[in-house]
Amino acid sequence: MQKPERGGQRMRLFGLIRKESLQILRDPSSLAIAFLMPVILLFLFGYGVSLDAKLIPVALVADAPDAQSAALFSAFGHSPYFVTHPAANLAMAEDWLLTRKVDAIVHLPSDFSAKLLSTTDQAPVQLIVNGVNANQARLIQGYISSAWQGWLQQRSQSLGQEVHQPVEMAARVWFNPELRSRDYLVPGLIAVIMTLIGALLTALVMAREWERGTLEALMVTPVRINELLLGKLIPYFVLGMGGMALSVAMALWLFDVPLRGSVWTLFLTSSVFLLAALGMGLLISVTARNQFVASLVAIITTFLPAFMLSGFIFDIGSMPDWLQVLTHVVAARYFVVILHTLFLAGDVGSVIWPNTLAMLALALVFLGASRRRIRKNLE
Amino acid sequence: MWQRIIALSIKEFQALLRDPRSRFVIIIPPLLQLLVFSFAATFDLNHVPLAVYNQDGSQAAQALIARFTGSQHFTLTAPIEREADIPQRINEQDALMVLNIGPRFEHHLLVDRPASVQIIIDGRNSNTAAIALGYASTIVQDFNTDWQQDHGLPALPSVMQTRAWFNPNLESRWFIIPGIVGLLMLVVVMVVTALSVAREREQGTFDQLLVTPLRPFEILVAKAIPGMVIGLLEATAIILLAVTVFAVPLHGSLLTLYTGIALFLLSATGVGLMISALSATLQQAVLGVFLFLVPAVILSGFATPIANMPPLVQDLTLINPLRYFMVILRSVFLEGSSFDGLIDQFWPLGVIGLSTLAFAGWLFRNRMH
Amino acid sequence: MSTPPDTEPHELAFAIVAQGLCKSFGKPPKRTDAVSDVSLQVKPGQVTGLIGADAAGKTTLMRLIAGLLTPDSGSLSVLGMDVLSDPLAVQSRVGYMPQHFGLYEDLSVQENLDLYADLQGLPRPERPARYAQLLAMTKLGDFTDRLAGRLSGGMKQKLGLACTLVRPPRLLLLDEPTVGVDPVSRRELWAIVFQLVADEGMSVLLSTAYLDEAERCAQVILLHEGRVLGQGTPASFTEQLQGRVFGARREHGRRRNLQAELSATPAVLDAVIDGDQVRVLLQADTAPPGLPEVIWTAMQPRFEDAFVLRLQSLAPASQASVQTVQLSPAAPAQDDVRPASIIEVRELTRRFGAFTAVDAISFQVERGEIFGLLGANGAGKSTTFRMLCGLLPASSGQLSVAGVDLRRAAARARARIGYMSQKFALYEVLSVAQNLKFFARTYGLSRERQRTRIAWALDEFDLAAYRDSNCGLLPLGFKQRLAMACALMHEPDILFLDEPTSGVDPIERRAFWRRINQLADHGVTIMITTHFLDEAEYCDRLVIMSQGAILAEGSPKAVRAQSSSADKPNPTMEEAFIELISRPAAEAAHAKA
Repeated sequence: MQKPERGGQRMRLFGLIRKESLQILRDPSSLAIAFLMPVILLFLFGYGVSLDAKLIPVALVADAPDAQSAALFSAFGHSPYFVTHPAANLAMAEDWLLTRKVDAIVHLPSDFSAKLLSTTDQAPVQLIVNGVNANQARLIQGYISSAWQGWLQQRSQSLGQEVHQPVEMAARVWFNPELRSRDYLVPGLIAVIMTLIGALLTALVMAREWERGTLEALMVTPVRINELLLGKLIPYFVLGMGGMALSVAMALWLFDVPLRGSVWTLFLTSSVFLLAALGMGLLISVTARNQFVASLVAIITTFLPAFMLSGFIFDIGSMPDWLQVLTHVVAARYFVVILHTLFLAGDVGSVIWPNTLAMLALALVFLGASRRRIRKNLE
Repeated sequence: MWQRIIALSIKEFQALLRDPRSRFVIIIPPLLQLLVFSFAATFDLNHVPLAVYNQDGSQAAQALIARFTGSQHFTLTAPIEREADIPQRINEQDALMVLNIGPRFEHHLLVDRPASVQIIIDGRNSNTAAIALGYASTIVQDFNTDWQQDHGLPALPSVMQTRAWFNPNLESRWFIIPGIVGLLMLVVVMVVTALSVAREREQGTFDQLLVTPLRPFEILVAKAIPGMVIGLLEATAIILLAVTVFAVPLHGSLLTLYTGIALFLLSATGVGLMISALSATLQQAVLGVFLFLVPAVILSGFATPIANMPPLVQDLTLINPLRYFMVILRSVFLEGSSFDGLIDQFWPLGVIGLSTLAFAGWLFRNRMH
Repeated sequence: MSTPPDTEPHELAFAIVAQGLCKSFGKPPKRTDAVSDVSLQVKPGQVTGLIGADAAGKTTLMRLIAGLLTPDSGSLSVLGMDVLSDPLAVQSRVGYMPQHFGLYEDLSVQENLDLYADLQGLPRPERPARYAQLLAMTKLGDFTDRLAGRLSGGMKQKLGLACTLVRPPRLLLLDEPTVGVDPVSRRELWAIVFQLVADEGMSVLLSTAYLDEAERCAQVILLHEGRVLGQGTPASFTEQLQGRVFGARREHGRRRNLQAELSATPAVLDAVIDGDQVRVLLQADTAPPGLPEVIWTAMQPRFEDAFVLRLQSLAPASQASVQTVQLSPAAPAQDDVRPASIIEVRELTRRFGAFTAVDAISFQVERGEIFGLLGANGAGKSTTFRMLCGLLPASSGQLSVAGVDLRRAAARARARIGYMSQKFALYEVLSVAQNLKFFARTYGLSRERQRTRIAWALDEFDLAAYRDSNCGLLPLGFKQRLAMACALMHEPDILFLDEPTSGVDPIERRAFWRRINQLADHGVTIMITTHFLDEAEYCDRLVIMSQGAILAEGSPKAVRAQSSSADKPNPTMEEAFIELISRPAAEAAHAKA
């Protein structure tokens, strides 16, 4: 009794997987979603998204230009971060700032040289930044301040003076000493893109079967719900892993992101993540039952949350508490941390396993809910 | 002609608003997302976990640590006892930053300056790391200035005075929230317009429309109106929320702002209708929306500056309507830019809007069967 | 829990036994009873027909039996097993073909069969023999590599049946297998079903809205609004009507005028056009009324007569409303100098790539005529129709509707036509009134006219009660009425109707045709496509299309006469149709040989 039953199950599952695979192969759109989309998106964003400011346009104004001011300005001119624009007067520079020609103004008041040469006064250097993009402004502020400090250092050395700050700060950045933003953006993008692709792949498949009436015909065969779900999941899982492998390959060889963890851990954690992403799509699909609503829900619930709430760009720890709680249902959140660690740090078990478990829990919740809803929705 | 356009527009509104599901999709998510994302989207760090490895029990060391703990940006986690523990704490993300104070810190400070402190930071998220480093260096500098004053030491020959225009406290929320206005408007308009024709095609009502005296041009206009009106209403609601709930200053004139909104709606509607006309099925329309929306958001300067992108990608952003709208929103909100100052942003939007609408109209006429 | 499927303990007395079965949908305020208190027995080894109009509860009942739905109350045993407690065991022994059988259109015929063989657990060694048998039975053997999406409607339906039968079920459930299938394929499907019963001793439960099919069943269960109205052999339903059915004929005048005249006679319960005469069902114990020049002949009662009689006795109100049809005060056709033929088609051709959908057809339609376009699925009816309405450009040839080509003409010209598409394309989330208002505005009616026309439509089509309900929730018959009201909002000269009656019950169809006749009497030209061949009799003239070409043209009588032969001197329209359609195939075969 048991044996033929198990054989039947394998046969049914195999039949469903073959059917789904044939459909995937005949319909170029799912192949395009799985392989073309990650390549295009990763390519575009890998090159397009960067938080490293380079060639910041800065206006330089000295009310009374002389050798002292020229020495300071040359320090800016030599920095790789700036493109300097000397301005005749402050009004002109301010006009440039208003019209977004420059992002910052370095202004030396007329008493700059006099105060610099005196022993009692401090020579003022005015920095005006455009604060609209606060993050960028902070970066600019930091770059300008370090150029200014370099100038101070040089000056005191040439005068044979010892100018010491009471405390000197020596910073060491681990994992990414040059602070290349691409090294963390690319792994993060992989998480965002795969959320989108995983959900898109499955969001429409169940709704499509409902709409075309194929589900009703399947239901009355001896097929079990579990087989039905597995028959959907396995082909799209393979497809999704293909897209994932492609993305990782691009990260490694196109964007030169190091991979410090093991490939096996990457494979395992990606599988769990993909299960959660596919599960979410499946749940949308099963609940909506109609392609229009399913696609709307997929648009709303995948891309923007993965972009905003995953910690990909915006730090989760800095969000209000209630929002931090909310981010726990975004699978990408865990995957972003895992990918950052795997790519830049290595196999840090205490980071990877709790996050993997959380993704696994989400995957189980999504898949379990899909399974329950299918049962109920037969009604 | 206008009677027919109005008739079709009214029908579009009824179709959108009578169906509880589509009503829900149009109204609730944008407002919800505004709330959620406005709180989420900030580059300002709070409560960065900081572990201190203090090998010097002195008062000076305590004073320096107190400056870190006194800042809202840092929160202390368990202190580090042995140097060997540092890698583990960072690796496991127990601490983002470690402050390592050497055993003779106070001695160096008092006798032979400089006393050095080491900061170790987790660079996995390089942006967070850079920001946190910035905070730390500000704290150390403040400590220095005060120490110099208190101990009568000679000050530096020069001093830097920083002012940030438009956003004196450098709150990144002020930057992000106007951006979210643009983002959500784009999503709503795309959902309303891009799917409208494909849906009619699938329900078979599009044929019914085509045998009425409606001309393709009239259908185009009538389909554009609901997206524009709903976009306008939602923009107003979102802007009200931004100003009242999130206290983002609105310095510019409403006229300038709404000119920008109108032009942006025109171009977003144009793109939406173009997708609509191009797609034969709903699925294609949805895919089209995705393929436009995702790059449009990422390459708009919403989160990462366009100036940082490689030249080729920068050129690509020139056809992205959201790019111009981002500048308009931020300029009007924070800088109080004048109408004239934004002409350079207005005309590309107008051009994009007119050309996409013209193209959509052409597609309507030529892809009717 | 699972017994081997082939060892039945004993021969069952009944394949299906239902007791007090109830099933309703929706939440209390909008709760509808799809099936209420249904008790029935289905005997094994024969074909049982489940007959009922649209929304009678046929599909719900089928789904309950297949274990896809759980009944609210009542008991249901299928093949001696309780469906409630073990649906999977039932499903492994039952074959169920839903109304829209879910073929995977992007899979080939063979791949569809393989999938269902896997799902139903047909052992691999048994497959080749079974496939050969099924493909022979369905005549799909030559198409195994073709994608299911590329099959014609009839072939799809046969493939669906083959998929259901991959593993021979003990009980076969067929939910409206013949809807939307042309008469030739319908005959083939029935032949397969009878063969299954004869060869394999299968029990079949088949639901249908075609009443002529009821007579082919051994047993009939009549379902109406979720209740069983009667069960028995088809003959038992018609017995009581012996001597009450007559054919009426008049030498002069249109049949539809005679029909209208007869319908208005109190003694007449039902009058429909049937061949050259009008088929009349009389009140019990009444003699044929004496009308001038009418010749009466006694006829055999049909199942449809019994059905209409029972339904009329249930819903006399809807009958009454149709009797009092009032047309708008529009002047009957302006008989001016314009040419008599209002639609002219010459050498009209449409190609899709290498495929020629419509091949150089020509015909003319005269003002005030009811003109029918008949043909099997894929014959090119819809393509022709869409070209006439200006929805599709012609590849070559000429066409003019009211003197212009609608595709090139000014939008104004379209205001002269009304169009009712297949599936009644309406805005489903809009209310009835909003739909009407939309079309009234789109056609540029003045405010005053909008008001009067909407009031007219609500009254004429009995839609007032549904004024504010979403039209997506209307019963199909009402959707059809609303779609027609929308098409008539602006009182067009020409009305295009694309399969306006498919899926609609006989009572609604009668009302529909009465309206069409009156419109034609008022000078409106009507162009119609239909699947129901008995409806072809209502047309003044018709063409029969096949594979893009016109096979026959003329009045129904002339078309029938074209196919009359020695052994069938007076063929019905259906027989004529099948005869005409199979001719060119035969000719082609001869030509090849």
